[in-house]
Amino acid sequence: MRAAEYVRASSAEEAVGLVAGNPDAAFLGGGTNLVDHLKLGVARPDLLVDVRRLPFGGVEQQDGPDGPVLRIGAGVPNSDLAADPVVRGRLPVLARALLAGASGQIRHQATTGGNLLQRTRCVYFQDVTTPCNKREPGSGCSAAGGYGRYNAILGASETCVATHPSDLAVALAALDAVVVTLGTDGERRVPMADLHRLPEDAPERDTTLAHGELVTAVEVPLTDVARRSTYTKVRDRASYAFALVSVAAALDLDGDTVREVRLAWGGVAHKPWRARRAEEALTGAVLDEAGIEAAVAAELSDAVTDDQTAYKVPMLTGATVQTLLDLAAEETA
Amino acid sequence: MTADPVQHTPTPIRVRSVGTRLERVDGLEKVTGRAGYAVEHGADDGFDGALVAWLVTSTVARGRVTSVDTAAAAAHDGVVAVLDHTSAPRLADTDDGELAILQDPQVHFRGQVVALVLAETAESAREAASLVEVSYDVEEHEAELTEEAATYRPDSVNPAFDTDSDTGDVDAALAEAAVVVDEEYRTPHEHNNPMEPHATTAVWRSDGDGEVLDLVDSTQAVHGVASTLAPMLGLEQDQVRVRAPYVGGGFGSKGQPHAHVVAAALAARHVSPRPVRLAVTRQQMFALTGYRTATISRMRLGADADGRLTAIEHRVFEQSSKVKEFAEQTAVPTRMLYAAPNRRTSHRLAMLDVAVPSWMRAPGEMPGVFAHEVAMDELAQACGLDPVELRLRNEPDVDPETGNPWNNRRLPECLHRGAERFGWAGRPAEARATLEGDWWVGTGMAAATYPAYRQGGNAARVTALDGGRYAVAIGAVDIGTGARTVLTQIAADALEVGTDAVDLEVGDTRLPSASVAGGSSGTASWGSTIVAAAQAFRERHGDDPGAGAEVLAEAADDPLGTDVAFHSFGAVFAEARVHRRTGEVRVPRLFGVYSVGRVVNPVTAHSQLVGGLVMGLSAALFEESWRDARFGHVVTQDLASYHVAAHADVRDVDAEWLEESDDAFSPMGARGIGEIGIVGTAAAVVNAAHHATGVRVRSLPVTADHFLGGR
Ligand SMILES: Cc1cc2nc3c(=O)[nH]c(=O)nc-3n(C[C@H](O)[C@H](O)[C@H](O)COP(=O)(O)OP(=O)(O)OC[C@H]3O[C@@H](n4cnc5c(N)ncnc54)[C@H](O)[C@@H]3O)c2cc1C
Repeated sequence: MRAAEYVRASSAEEAVGLVAGNPDAAFLGGGTNLVDHLKLGVARPDLLVDVRRLPFGGVEQQDGPDGPVLRIGAGVPNSDLAADPVVRGRLPVLARALLAGASGQIRHQATTGGNLLQRTRCVYFQDVTTPCNKREPGSGCSAAGGYGRYNAILGASETCVATHPSDLAVALAALDAVVVTLGTDGERRVPMADLHRLPEDAPERDTTLAHGELVTAVEVPLTDVARRSTYTKVRDRASYAFALVSVAAALDLDGDTVREVRLAWGGVAHKPWRARRAEEALTGAVLDEAGIEAAVAAELSDAVTDDQTAYKVPMLTGATVQTLLDLAAEETA
Repeated sequence: MTADPVQHTPTPIRVRSVGTRLERVDGLEKVTGRAGYAVEHGADDGFDGALVAWLVTSTVARGRVTSVDTAAAAAHDGVVAVLDHTSAPRLADTDDGELAILQDPQVHFRGQVVALVLAETAESAREAASLVEVSYDVEEHEAELTEEAATYRPDSVNPAFDTDSDTGDVDAALAEAAVVVDEEYRTPHEHNNPMEPHATTAVWRSDGDGEVLDLVDSTQAVHGVASTLAPMLGLEQDQVRVRAPYVGGGFGSKGQPHAHVVAAALAARHVSPRPVRLAVTRQQMFALTGYRTATISRMRLGADADGRLTAIEHRVFEQSSKVKEFAEQTAVPTRMLYAAPNRRTSHRLAMLDVAVPSWMRAPGEMPGVFAHEVAMDELAQACGLDPVELRLRNEPDVDPETGNPWNNRRLPECLHRGAERFGWAGRPAEARATLEGDWWVGTGMAAATYPAYRQGGNAARVTALDGGRYAVAIGAVDIGTGARTVLTQIAADALEVGTDAVDLEVGDTRLPSASVAGGSSGTASWGSTIVAAAQAFRERHGDDPGAGAEVLAEAADDPLGTDVAFHSFGAVFAEARVHRRTGEVRVPRLFGVYSVGRVVNPVTAHSQLVGGLVMGLSAALFEESWRDARFGHVVTQDLASYHVAAHADVRDVDAEWLEESDDAFSPMGARGIGEIGIVGTAAAVVNAAHHATGVRVRSLPVTADHFLGGR
């Protein structure tokens, strides 16, 4: 047996110290992703620091400098978060994104922090017998030219075409959430948009966090626009499947005209993709199918597709149209 | 036990329990976790202190192993031995290229067994397996099926059908046909993926008269494992004991032993007398335990203006492994499904450096009827005919290929009854006619067929016990189908006692020989044999036998030796919805009506038929083993990337059957039900998706991208 030490940290500071000081150490949340990686040989840490029971706090409303926020402790299970009454009432996109993910059993076990930091599901990343730059920098990318159905169409690089798999992260990107972390230099507040990164020439790094930087909480502004928000996840199998593409959206209309819109996409890039160009195109305009299609096209003008990913453009367009028109209908109803 | 079996011709039984809803006799053990599966056997069963074996598999698709560095693995904590082709015990017979592992340095496909580790725990074994350093001389490999590469003509196709057939003049008939459909249909590689992975516990014992290899295996055929392994190991068949008390599904992939069983036997020989446990991982199953080959079907149908078929041509291109040939009989059902004076079928294989394909639920019928029944839908459209009506117009009076009379071909009744129960009437003739909310809605149908088989090589023993009870023994295997339950019912009725007076024993080579749980033949083959034994027993020992009275018998009748065509039939109806903006496909309704002879137990039969429909639905919408030809292996090699239908996909799925009894086929009146549910189902879904959208998909699975113009 490969021996790895297991430590249940008694404080966040201790956890950070243990992991930051050891390049082969890792935080352990619910383990639904990391334990799979241990079995597959994708991750080979020699120290596991269990952070699931740290007193990160639950789900609480707080007053922030810019208005009320919902503070979510990093250890809150996905299922608890999805069931929280404030989440359900004021951040429906968040509840729906969570419930669209994984299975009931996995959602019970998975933590908020672990969900955001779960790694790509690219089949080559998970198969240690094939080259993968994310797993083994410099070895090559097998996904380009290989099984490509889930590959990125935005922001990919020659070294990596993987997508980020989290549904929760897409919803949080649309909601302008802030991730609170603790590192050796103390606490940091990272906007969701800056948490995950594009692969560029360092695909081994999923996020902008330093090794040993611990996610302690997520703060979600409780805005009015978020009350009318939803999540659309497109997949062949009706449940228990990662997104082919997904759309997190929030909409505030003035009659037919868009006062404010938030749009983030999953399944298209190495990070949740906040579609700011599309938001700009939609804001102040009358909401209709043609306008949404044009806005999506503007955002996708840089998209790069191949035989296996070409479908994502019409699928994402259709899913975005559907999501926004549904929200508009909800609003008028 | 050594007495020769009595030859007895069974006569139809008077049914009492047969046909009723007896609950599974082993249900309690299963739901309470007391049922011991293949690697859940310890000291109580004679497998004390078992070591765990872990397979090391090749990471190249073709070449030679030049060295195996076992030092790090051997030094790992808990490791007892590391075996490779230089150190594994020798096999006496290496003819079977799939099974003759660890005998030479050749690598025939990526994922082949090249070494194995034996350790005290699974964790040690697994870690040490990752420390074994294998070096290769790599050779160029070929792993992609194309029509051009499929040029090899096998001598026969599975199990022993003619490779080609040619009747009349297909080309002339097509040239004259009023309507022609000429299209190509594709199905992907698919993996059986039973819930329980392939797994074996093995120990070599020496009793007084020599060595015995004792196995508990997750198999569909205990005697088949013994007869395959014995000569390879230089043993007599009775020196290999195989038990399979409980098996968590197989779908054909456990019909024959695969390389891991040999690995377990070799490993156990090496560490004898310690037992060895070997469970194949889910990922390894994608290379080691069989799969359905991808198929390319070139179909040409010719018909007159009324839709009467004048020509049927089905040319199949598929693949097998260079190391062992398996030719899926994809075009064989096309030879009998419909009438046409001119018919031609053929099978050509690409022989590739890939894992060995094998049986997967309805080999041949599943991909073949898919192609034929989508083509029939296209023909109905081209002729402006209702798809049900088209099938009715093409009913053959006799088996087209042999000229033999049908034994009760009831496809028309299945079609009529299915149409009525499903609510087929009133369906818009045009495709893309119904939009409900954001979903295009359509309905489709397909015919299903499966041959009725009864296998030879079966014997059953009936022994009188005290108190009016009977022991009934046959080495059949219940792979989760309910065989234990239905054989208890058959035995009870044949003996004319209650089911609670029967102690049925199955799943052990110490019991009388039995054929494989495959080809939908189990119930008919084993059941007929049990009836023969029970009737012979009554003849010999009467109604009030003394305890210990015993008969061992074989069934002497042979329906398949007569000039009658025995087949089961069915009709499948599906509703499909396709999202107009995202292309997502959902199947809210799926319904099949079957003619399968007498249903022995409505509960277990319903499970088999609905299970087949669900597996067909799963193949229609999701299943695809994506082989990366550059590497040579399937990269969607777990259940998170190889999707099978989940609960949310399985909505209103139901099956019914015609009340009937096929007394000419078996004394219970039963044929077989294990496979027909998967046949035609994917075609019905594809046809429904076409009716919903007007988009004709000719390859499986029918994923969302097909409806977005992006594929
Ligand atoms: C079959 C299957 C299907 C799934 N389907 C979906 C799906 O449809 N949608 C979806 O979004 N997800 C899906 N998931 C993924 C699932 O959501 C994640 O595995 C889960 O959210 C990870 O959380 P965890 O707490 O178990 O993380 P762990 O496995 O414990 O950790 C994951 C990573 O996060 C790091 N980590 C954990 N906690 C912290 C912390 N506080 N600070 C810093 N780093 C930390 C770990 O070191 C590790 O690298 C699926 C998973 C499986 C197995």
